[in-house]
Amino acid sequence: MNTHPESAPVSSVTLNNIVKRFGTFTAVHKANLEIPEGAFVTLLGPSGCGKTTNLRMIAGLLDPSEGEILIGGKRVNDVPIHKRNLGIVFQNYALFPHKTVAENIAFGLKYRNVPKSDVARRVQEALDLVQLPDVGHRYPKELSGGQQQRIALARAIVIEPEVLLLDEPLSALDANLREDMRVELKRIQSKIGVTTVFVTHDQSEALAMSDKIVVMSAGRIEQVGTPEEVYNTPASEFVANFLGASNILAGACVTKDADAALLDVPLFGSVPVPADKAPAVTAGASAKLVLRAEKLVLMAPGSDTSGMVTAEAVVETVDYQGQTVRYFLRVGDRQLQAINMIDGRPFAEGQSVTAAFRPQDCAALASA
Amino acid sequence: MEGRFNMGWTLIRGWAVLVYIFMFLPVAVVVLLSFNASQFGNFPMTGFSFRWFVELAGNEAILRAFRTSIILGLLTALISTTLGVLASLALVRYRVPGANAISTLLIAPILVPEVVLAVALLLFLNFLGVNKSFGLLLAGHVIFTLPFVILVVQARLVSIKRDVEEAAMSLGASPVQTFFQITLPLMMPAVLAGGLFAFTISFDDITGTLFWKPGGVETVPTQIFAMLRNSISPEINALGTVMIVMTVGLPLLGAAIARAMARKSGT
Ligand SMILES: Nc1ncnc2c1ncn2[C@@H]1O[C@H](COP(=O)(O)OP(=O)(O)O)[C@@H](O)[C@H]1O
Ligand SMILES: [Mg+2]
Repeated sequence: MNTHPESAPVSSVTLNNIVKRFGTFTAVHKANLEIPEGAFVTLLGPSGCGKTTNLRMIAGLLDPSEGEILIGGKRVNDVPIHKRNLGIVFQNYALFPHKTVAENIAFGLKYRNVPKSDVARRVQEALDLVQLPDVGHRYPKELSGGQQQRIALARAIVIEPEVLLLDEPLSALDANLREDMRVELKRIQSKIGVTTVFVTHDQSEALAMSDKIVVMSAGRIEQVGTPEEVYNTPASEFVANFLGASNILAGACVTKDADAALLDVPLFGSVPVPADKAPAVTAGASAKLVLRAEKLVLMAPGSDTSGMVTAEAVVETVDYQGQTVRYFLRVGDRQLQAINMIDGRPFAEGQSVTAAFRPQDCAALASA
Repeated sequence: MEGRFNMGWTLIRGWAVLVYIFMFLPVAVVVLLSFNASQFGNFPMTGFSFRWFVELAGNEAILRAFRTSIILGLLTALISTTLGVLASLALVRYRVPGANAISTLLIAPILVPEVVLAVALLLFLNFLGVNKSFGLLLAGHVIFTLPFVILVVQARLVSIKRDVEEAAMSLGASPVQTFFQITLPLMMPAVLAGGLFAFTISFDDITGTLFWKPGGVETVPTQIFAMLRNSISPEINALGTVMIVMTVGLPLLGAAIARAMARKSGT
């Protein structure tokens, strides 16, 4: 596909110091991002953090206030949307209601000098790819939500876009369908290998689908990493809490060497955190221990806790969730959260337990 | 308690029926008498006949008025619709400074009594030293019908989601191509309705027309008005019937077309 292999761009989309202001409000602060060719990258963050704004700037639907956007190594700040060759899938499908499904999919081909004989074939291939081979003659309103979203995807990829942009494409679908579409979307993306920027506020969607997750908060990029990295080694308290529940214990780093940072935290005492999960902490400075709720295990008092850090706790609230149960515990003057698989019977409210975790399951942050 | 409540409603219903009779009985009378065989527009009718319609078709003055009204109506519809679509696009799709003020100004002609508008436009042209002309008459009709077009088209445009247009542009359509491929087809029912409104309003307008028309030019309503000053000829009943059929029939036809289009596109 690439006709200039010697100058193949390493990055398909690049944001250089992008700032976007709406009046006096800054929606995106100095965003820097490199999206590699063929990658599935997710912008993840709570509603209003600037995900859509970023995506619309890449698309050319918004002009950045400052900074540069590069697509395929070329600066596109001054290239209007219709010349950027991008596929966009919107939350509410945005199909053309007055055109049939086939006409919808063929729309982008009209502007690409595709011979008439090829148009029908490519439309059919796209329909096959999204597994709706027989709906070409129908109008969008005659399809279900999930089907409409597949057609929107087919319409976006049939033009062989340089980048595929998806803004919360699954959030208008109901829960079961969303799971199916998630798998389907990922299958299609890997099959055609198109560079994809996906926007969602749903952390499980992001963790399941992405090669790389960009966690955003209040217009700032908090962390960029693989799902494992952002999950296991959050770069900030925000990331730790946004990707599942975490307990944050403020303490200090006593010593640090190549293997581990030794943290001293209230309730649990000394915790040796692996050095690679405590990149920012320095010896002698204050630090925070990130303890994921899934890693804090409840045990009957007197159980074998070798290799674990423990504290005595009392169960305050039991939130039964089927396969798992969420506990709120009282440990000293703190309330902590634990999410455990149910093994036999869950602990009861008011019960005294031992709360334990393995230090290698923790991460540490420098205190701000 | 229940009985009193029902009685109240019965009274209101009865009143409503009386109001409708008061409003539509004259219309019915005109239509009936237009088929009357006798010279005199009186009851009882002496027989059923199309003779007054035939005489209409032979009346040069009336035919000329018809031609004028139709040309005026079509031009008004064309210009009003074009301007109305452009204004609606600007107001809904682009951030124009003072959009609210402009919007109010464009809609204002509906709120101002027509006589006031008619006199104002005339005085303004006097002030500019421009003579009355067909162009002025057309301008008056455009100003007067524009608000209706804008109201109808704007309502439709608001319901067309911006992301449909954005999708078209992302697929390679320029803004102009997007307008003709996506926005205009989706707006079409409203554009047609607006055009029909404009034509119908222009076609049966009399107040403004009396002020604006140059000497010697008559539209159908001003022609009827002129004829009434001499006598109440049965021809007027026939002409009235033609007017009623046009001003009631055209919007109905338009609504039917719009419905058929909407059914096809599913919007
Ligand atoms: N056109 C606009 N004018 C003013 N503020 C805007 C505009 N678009 C977005 N914003 C603001 O920018 C912030 C980020 O919005 P957005 O990118 O849509 O968030 P997200 O997609 O992450 O939910 C929000 O606070 C939003 O209110
Ligand atoms: Mg958004």
